[in-house]
Amino acid sequence: MSNYEPKIVAFFCNWCTFTAADLAGTSRLSYPPNMKIIRVMCSGMVDPKYVIKSFLGGADGVLIGGCWPGDCHYINGNLKARRRVALLTELLKQYGIDEERLWLRWIAASEGTMLQEVAQEMTAKLKEIGPSPMNKSVDKVVG
Amino acid sequence: MGERIGFFICHCGVNIAHKVRVQEVAEYAATFSDVVVSKDYLFMCSDPGQDLIEQEIRDHELTRIVVAACSPRMHEKTFRTACERAGLNPYHAFHMVCVREHSSWVTESEDDATAKAIIMVGAGLERVSNQEKLYPSTVPVNPSTLIVGGGIAGMQAALDIANAGNKVYLVEKQATVGGHMLQYDKTFPTLDCAACIGTPKMVAVGQHRNIELLTYSEVEEVSGFVGNFRAKIKKRARYVKNNCTGCGDCANVCPVMTANEWDVGTQRRKAIYIPFPQAVPVQYVIDKREGKGGCIDCGKCEKECKAGAIDHDMVDEYLDVEIGSIIVATGFDPMDPTPMAQYGYGKFKNVFTNLEFERISNATGPTAGKLLKRSQKNKMKFTDPPKSVAILHCIGSRDINHHEYCSRTCCMYALKYAHLLKDKCGHDTEIYNFYIDMRCFGKGYEEFYKKVQMEGVRMIRGKAGSITEDKDGMLTVTAEDSLSGSLVKVEVEMAILCTAMEPRSNAEEIMRKFGIGIGSDGFFQEEHPKLAPVSTPSSGVFLAGTCQGPKDIPDTVAQAKGAAAECLSLSGAGQVEIPPMISSIDEDVCVGCKLCIGLCPYGAIEFNQFSRISEVNTALCKGCGSCAGGCPSGAAKVRHFTDRQVFAEIDGLLTN
Repeated sequence: MSNYEPKIVAFFCNWCTFTAADLAGTSRLSYPPNMKIIRVMCSGMVDPKYVIKSFLGGADGVLIGGCWPGDCHYINGNLKARRRVALLTELLKQYGIDEERLWLRWIAASEGTMLQEVAQEMTAKLKEIGPSPMNKSVDKVVG
Repeated sequence: MGERIGFFICHCGVNIAHKVRVQEVAEYAATFSDVVVSKDYLFMCSDPGQDLIEQEIRDHELTRIVVAACSPRMHEKTFRTACERAGLNPYHAFHMVCVREHSSWVTESEDDATAKAIIMVGAGLERVSNQEKLYPSTVPVNPSTLIVGGGIAGMQAALDIANAGNKVYLVEKQATVGGHMLQYDKTFPTLDCAACIGTPKMVAVGQHRNIELLTYSEVEEVSGFVGNFRAKIKKRARYVKNNCTGCGDCANVCPVMTANEWDVGTQRRKAIYIPFPQAVPVQYVIDKREGKGGCIDCGKCEKECKAGAIDHDMVDEYLDVEIGSIIVATGFDPMDPTPMAQYGYGKFKNVFTNLEFERISNATGPTAGKLLKRSQKNKMKFTDPPKSVAILHCIGSRDINHHEYCSRTCCMYALKYAHLLKDKCGHDTEIYNFYIDMRCFGKGYEEFYKKVQMEGVRMIRGKAGSITEDKDGMLTVTAEDSLSGSLVKVEVEMAILCTAMEPRSNAEEIMRKFGIGIGSDGFFQEEHPKLAPVSTPSSGVFLAGTCQGPKDIPDTVAQAKGAAAECLSLSGAGQVEIPPMISSIDEDVCVGCKLCIGLCPYGAIEFNQFSRISEVNTALCKGCGSCAGGCPSGAAKVRHFTDRQVFAEIDGLLTN
C-alpha cells in the first residue's frame, strides 16, 4: 500500500477549467502528478459512460471541471453535468464506488490557484481513503 | 492498412526539457507498434520544426501525428496546418498532448514530470488512431460591426471600421457618446484639453454615414456565431424626438433640479437635460425616474419647445441588427472611496475624488474651470483657490484590501493635477504627492514627471494612511515617509484621492451576454495576454479599452484600433471557417426518444416526423455535447469526441 499513488482522470471543459490548467502552468503552480487531463468542449458533454469507463479501468478518482453556473460557454451545459453527477454518484455508490471518488468542481479560466488546490486536495483525499476496489494495479492488503 | 504514426516531442527550449526527459519519452513512444517515427526537437513550432513534421510525413508515409508540446490552445492550429500542408486531413491525423502547462511547469520532480508525460503521450497515441476525417465548413461574414460603448475606445474603433466602408452600430448607454475621457480636463503628458481632442471624434461619430449611433441604448440579447451574429438593442425612450434642435429652452423652464451624473454630482441639472454642452447627439432627454429628481409631468417643457420635439408618451423601442463582429468597449467604473472611512471622503468637504477634481478643472464643470475649494456650509458652492493641496496616490489600487492591481494612470494624472494647481492657483500653492512608487512608463511620461518636479511639487514616498479635519476645515494628512522612515503630518486645505479603476458593476452580465471571460482582477479576459490582446474565447467578439484592464488614453486608442483591425480582417476575408466539431446523431442507433431536443440549448435538434428520429441542424449546432452527454442510446455524439476516441484516451491514461 505504501507505493499507492491515486490515479485521477480529469475531464476539463475547454473554456474554463482546461484554460485554468493552462494558467496554473504558466503561473508555475505545482501540484501532484496524479491528475491527468482529458480535454472536452463542455462539462455537459461528459457522458456517464466516460466516468464508468474510467472507474472500470482502475481510476481511483474522476474529476469533472466546468465553468461556474451562469458562466457556461454553452449557456447551461455545466448544470446538466451537475444533474448527471448527482445521479451518477448514487449509482456508483451501489456498486461500491465511494462518493468521494467522483468530484465535480467549477473552476473558471482565471482560477489557476483553485485548480492547483483541487488537484492537491483530491490527491490527498484519495490517498486517505485508499485505492478504488476496481484498481487492479495495487496489491490489496488481505485482511 | 495499419496506421503509421509519427511522434514528436518538443523541448520548448528548456521549458519542457528541464523537467521532462524528452528523449526518454520519445523512446517510450517508439515502443508502440504503429509508431514509425519518434523524435524530439528543440522548438517544434518553429518553421524548421514544422518542416520536420511535413518531411517525415512525406518520407515515411505517416498517417497520424502526435505532438507533445505546449497547450493545444496555443499551437494546435499550427500543427494541424502543417499536417494539412503535407496532405493529411488534420482532424483525422493530428492530436496534441500538453506536456508543458500540464506537466513540466506544474510538477516538482523530473521523475514525476517524465512519468506523467509518458502516460499522457500514451493516451494521445491511443486516441489518435481513432480520429476521423472532418471538414470545416465556411460561412459568409456579415461585414457590419456592433460596438458596445461609446467612450474613446468605442468611438475610435467605430471610425476606423466606418472609414473602411463597413457599417457600424455604436451602442452607448448614456445620452451622449464621449465616455470618461470627455469628463476629464487636460490629458497627460501633453496637456491637450480632452474636449479639444475628444469632441471632434464625437462629432465625426455622430455624422459618419456608416455609423448608426444608438445612444441611451443597451444591448439586450446576442445570438449567432462569428460572422453571423444577431443583436437586439433596446433604445430607451428619451421622451424627446430627434427633431430636437438642442436650443435648451426646455431646460430653462424645467422646475426640477437634480445632481448631474456627468459632473459626478458637483453640479446640478434639470430633469430635461443634455449631460454637457458638447453632447453628441445634441438631443435632450427627460429623466423619468420615479421620485426625487425625476420629471413631474408639469408640461412646461412641452409648451416651451418650438420644434414640438417633446413626447411624454414615448416608449422604449427595440432594434434587431445583424452583424459579423462585435467589439466590447464598456469601460470602467471609478472606485467609490466612501467606505474607506480613514480618508473622510463624503464627510470632509474638501476631500475630492480624482473625477470630481477633473470636473472642477473642466471649463464645463461647476466652477467653469477655476480650481476652488468647497464651502464648508454647502458642498455645491465653491469659494476660493486652495493654498495647499495633498494628492493621495493608490487609493484602492495596489492594496490587498481592495485591488491588487495598479490602475496605471494615477501617477500621471496626479502629476497633471499638481501642474494644473500650480498653473491655475499660483506657483506658491503647496502641493504634496503621497506615492508608493512613481510609475511614469509611457512616451513623454518621465519627462513630464521631471518637469512637474521642477515646478516645485513635493513628492513624499509613502502611502497616506489617513486624513483628519479640524473645526476650520483644515485637513491633516498622515503618512509614513518611507525614505526617511519618519511619520509625516501635513496640513492642507484640499485633498485629492486618486481612486482605482474598477471593472464595471455589471461586468458579469456583459460577460454572459457576449460569452467572454473575466479575469481574477474582475476585468474582461483577453484570449492571450501577449499575442491575442483583443480577442476573446468567443470568436468574432473583441475587447477594447479599460473593460479589459486599467489603461491610459494612448493604450486605449491603440487597442481600439487593434480591435477594429480584427473586425476588418474578418470582413475582408469575407468568409470564416466553422470548426467541424459539432454533434451528429447516428440514424441507425437513434430511437427517437427526443431527450436531446430538450437538452439542446440552441434549438439545433429537430425531430424528423417521417424517419421518426432526431436530426442535428448543423447551422445552429455549436458542439457543446449536451445531447451527447444525455443520449440514452449513445446515438448523439460530438464529432472528434466520439466514444471510441474518448475511451481510447481513458484507456491510455489508465493502462500505460
